[in-house]
Amino acid sequence: MEVIRKQLAEGVNLTYLRARKFKTSLLSAQFVVPLRKETASANALLCAVLRRGTVTFPDMGSMAAHLDRLYGASIDYTVRKKGENQCIGFVASLIDDSFAPGGEKLLEPVAALLGELICDPATERGRFVPGYFESEKNNLLDAIRSLINDKRDYADRRLVQELCAGEPYAISRLGSEGMAEKLQPKKLYNQYRDLISTSRLELFYSGSADLKRVESALQSAFAGLPRKVIREGAAVKPHVGRQEVHYVEDAMDVTQGKLGMGFSCTSTDHTALLMGNTLFGGSSNSKLFLNVREKLSLCYYASSIYHRQKGLITVSSGIEFENYQRAYDEIMAQLCAVQQGKLEDWELQGARSTLLNAYMSMGDSQGKLENFYLGQAAIGLDETPESLAEEVRTLKPQRIYEAMETVKLDTVYFLKGKEGAE
Amino acid sequence: MKQLFYQRIGESVYRETLPNGLEICVVPRSGFAKKYAFFATRYGGMDTRFCLEGQWLDTPAGIAHYLEHKMFDTEEGNALQDLATNGAEPNAFTANAMTGYYFDSTEHFEENLKILLSFVSIPYFTEESVAKEQGIIAQEIRMIEDNPDWQIYTRMMKCLYSKSPVRTSIAGTVESISHITAETLYQCHKAFYTPSNMILVVVGDVEPGHIVDLARDILPKEGGPTIPRDYGEEPMEICEKESSIQMEVSSPQFLTGFKCRPAKNGEEYLRMAAIGDIACDILLGDSSPLYLRLYDEGLINTSFGGSFEMMPGVAYLYAGGDSKDSRRVVREICQEARRLVEEGIDEDFYQRVKRAAFGSNLRGLNSFENVAVSLTEGYFHGYDPFRFPQVFDDITKQDISDFLRDNIIPERSVFSEILPKE
Repeated sequence: MEVIRKQLAEGVNLTYLRARKFKTSLLSAQFVVPLRKETASANALLCAVLRRGTVTFPDMGSMAAHLDRLYGASIDYTVRKKGENQCIGFVASLIDDSFAPGGEKLLEPVAALLGELICDPATERGRFVPGYFESEKNNLLDAIRSLINDKRDYADRRLVQELCAGEPYAISRLGSEGMAEKLQPKKLYNQYRDLISTSRLELFYSGSADLKRVESALQSAFAGLPRKVIREGAAVKPHVGRQEVHYVEDAMDVTQGKLGMGFSCTSTDHTALLMGNTLFGGSSNSKLFLNVREKLSLCYYASSIYHRQKGLITVSSGIEFENYQRAYDEIMAQLCAVQQGKLEDWELQGARSTLLNAYMSMGDSQGKLENFYLGQAAIGLDETPESLAEEVRTLKPQRIYEAMETVKLDTVYFLKGKEGAE
Repeated sequence: MKQLFYQRIGESVYRETLPNGLEICVVPRSGFAKKYAFFATRYGGMDTRFCLEGQWLDTPAGIAHYLEHKMFDTEEGNALQDLATNGAEPNAFTANAMTGYYFDSTEHFEENLKILLSFVSIPYFTEESVAKEQGIIAQEIRMIEDNPDWQIYTRMMKCLYSKSPVRTSIAGTVESISHITAETLYQCHKAFYTPSNMILVVVGDVEPGHIVDLARDILPKEGGPTIPRDYGEEPMEICEKESSIQMEVSSPQFLTGFKCRPAKNGEEYLRMAAIGDIACDILLGDSSPLYLRLYDEGLINTSFGGSFEMMPGVAYLYAGGDSKDSRRVVREICQEARRLVEEGIDEDFYQRVKRAAFGSNLRGLNSFENVAVSLTEGYFHGYDPFRFPQVFDDITKQDISDFLRDNIIPERSVFSEILPKE
C-alpha cells in the first residue's frame, strides 16, 4: 500500500492512500495542538460550535438536508488525544462516486463543506452565533459530567489521571468541567482565529479518486485558510516513575469493583514493550486473560494497554470488592512471569501473530488507517503498518524480557462500593 | 455453487446448502488482507422453552449465553489458544435469536476455519468446568448491571412485553445461571447446534469451493430435526406504562418504546425493517423537523437517537437520550407522528431521507461483520438482505404514513428513565 504525504500549504499536509476496494471514501481534516488544561475544553467546544453552521448552510437543518442529498454523507466532529497532543477537526465519510445512482460527483461537495466548516463558520457580529455557543457549551458540560456513567471507562481515566498527575497526559480530551464552565464567546472566537492561523492541519484521504483530484478539491476547499507562523505540536515527555507506589480509592454506589494498576517502564525498546504487553494482558491469549479470568474466575475482563508515548502500561479489571487482594496479587504474579520469561512457545507465537494480524489488516479499514496516520503525523513519526510489522517479526524474545524487566508498579486505583450499600 | 450478482451495490455471493442442511454463503472481497468467518446458530437468549425428543424443556434464563462461553472448551484445552496462536482473535456473541462465533485472520485462514467449525460443533463440558464459569459470567452480569444504557433498555423491554422472552436479559441473572448444569448445556447443544439450524458466512479473498469442501469434511453428516420453541402468546397491548430507577449517573436519561406489529418472514420482513428505519428517520432522525426543533430548544442533545428493531414475534421502535424534560420529548414524538399522518410527509424531505438511508446501507457493507450478520438474519428470516435497493424502490410515502399511524401512538408507548442518585 503506497502512502503519499504532501505539503499543500504552510503547515497543511495531506496523507493520501489510494484504495478502490471500499464502498466509501474517507476525508478528514484535523488540527494538531499541544494538550493543555487551559485550552482543552475550548478546543473541544470549538469543533461542536463549528459543526452547527456555515455561511452557506447556516443551521443544522440546512446542513443535514445537504448531507442527505449527498447520499447520507456524514461529517462528525472529533476530539482525540494523541500522546500529549489534542487533535480536533472533522471526519467525513461518503459513498464512493461509482455507487451514486445518479452518477454524481460527491468528493468535491463534501471537501467544500469540510473547508467551509473550518474557514467560514456562521457568525453574528464577528462572533459565533450566541445560541450555538450556549447550547454546545451545555452539551460539552453534560458530556464531561456523563463520563461518570460508564464505570469501566471512568476507572481507566481516573487511573491515568492519578498516574500522570501534573503531566499533560493526565488531561482528558474534553478538558475539565471547571474550564468548560469558564468559557466565554469572545475568547472562544479569538482562540478559533488563533487555531486556524497558527496550528498544523493534517488532511487525510482514503478512496478511489486519484491524487490530483483530491489535491485540487482540497486546495480549493481550504483556499481561505489563514496561515501565519505555524506552532508545532508537543513532544511527549516520558513519565518519571514514582519511588513509592501511589494508592487511590474512590467509592460509588456500584455492584462491581474496578481495579486499575499503572506501571512505568524505563526501557525505550518500544517493540519489545509492545510484545511484552501483548503477552501480559493485551489479547485474549494473554497471561491476565488466561489466569485472572480463566483460571481463577476472578473477573469478566482483565486486560492491559501499552501507552507507547508515555512509557506506561495500564491494567484494567472488574472484580468483586472482596477479591481486591487476590486480583492484585495475581496481576503482579503474571507480570513477574513475563519478566522472567516464563512463556511457552505458543504464547510467543500467539502474541506475535496477534500483532502482525492487526498491522496487516489495518489497510482494510479506512477508520483505522486515518487514526493510525493521524497519530504518526501528530507525533512526527513516519512508520507504516508494514514497517512496524517487520519489527515485530524480527524481534528476539530476549529483548522482551529485558524491556519488561524495567516495568515497575507506580499507581493503584480502586473503585469500590459505598459502605452500607447492597 | 450458485453465484448471485448485485450490480447496484457491487457485490456477489456464492451460496450452497449442504446435504446436512448447513447454509453456506461466501462473499468474495479481493484486495482485502483479512478474511472473516462467521458461524451462527438460530438459537439465542429468547429460546429458553423448547421441545426436544417429544419433551418440553424449561431451561434457565441466560443459558444460550452460558453455552456460548463454554463452547470454546475442547477436550484438548481451549480453542481460543489454538486460534490465537495462528493470529486469529476469535470471539462470539449471543443475541435474542442467534449465537454467532467468528474470527478474522490474514494468515492460516483455512486452518483457523477448521478449528472454528470443529469447536462449535463438538461440545465438551464437565461439571467442574461449568461451575468455574459461574464466577466469570457473574462478573459480566455485574458489569452490565452497573451500565445505565443496559438498565434503561432492559427495563423498557419489560414494560413493552408481558409474555415474550425478549423481556428477559440475554445473560440472565446471577441467580438464574446458578441452575445451569453440564447436562442442560449438552441438551441445548444437541437441540440447536445442528447443521440444519446453522449458517456459515465467509467474507474475503477466498476460494468458495474450498470453503464448502472444508465444511463438508468437518461437520456432522446428519442435520437435525426442527425444534419447536415456545415464545408465549404476546398481546399487542403493552405490559407496563413506565419504569424509573436511580443510579450513579450525571443527568436524567430516558428511552421511550413503541410496540409495533411484527412482520412475517420472507421479503416482507426486509420490507418492514426498511419501512421502520425510514419512518424512524422521518419522525426523529437528525435531519427531521422534530429533532432540529428539540435540539434548538435544548430538550435533546447529540445523545438523542432512535432505532427500529425486529426479532421473532416482536417489533418495536425506540428512541431516547439525555433530557431535562423527557416526558415532554415523548409527548412531542407522539404529536409529530400524528402531524405527519394528518398533514402528509413533505416530498423533498421524504426523497432525501430515502437517499441517505440508501447511502447508510451501502456504507454498512464495508464491515465484514455487518455483511455476515445481515446474511445470517436474512437466512433465518427468509429474505435476501442484498436486495435492499429494490426494496427501497418499492416503498412509498403511504407505507411510512401507515406505519406511523398504526404504531406511534400513546397507547402503544412505554417510558423508561434513570434519574441521578440524590
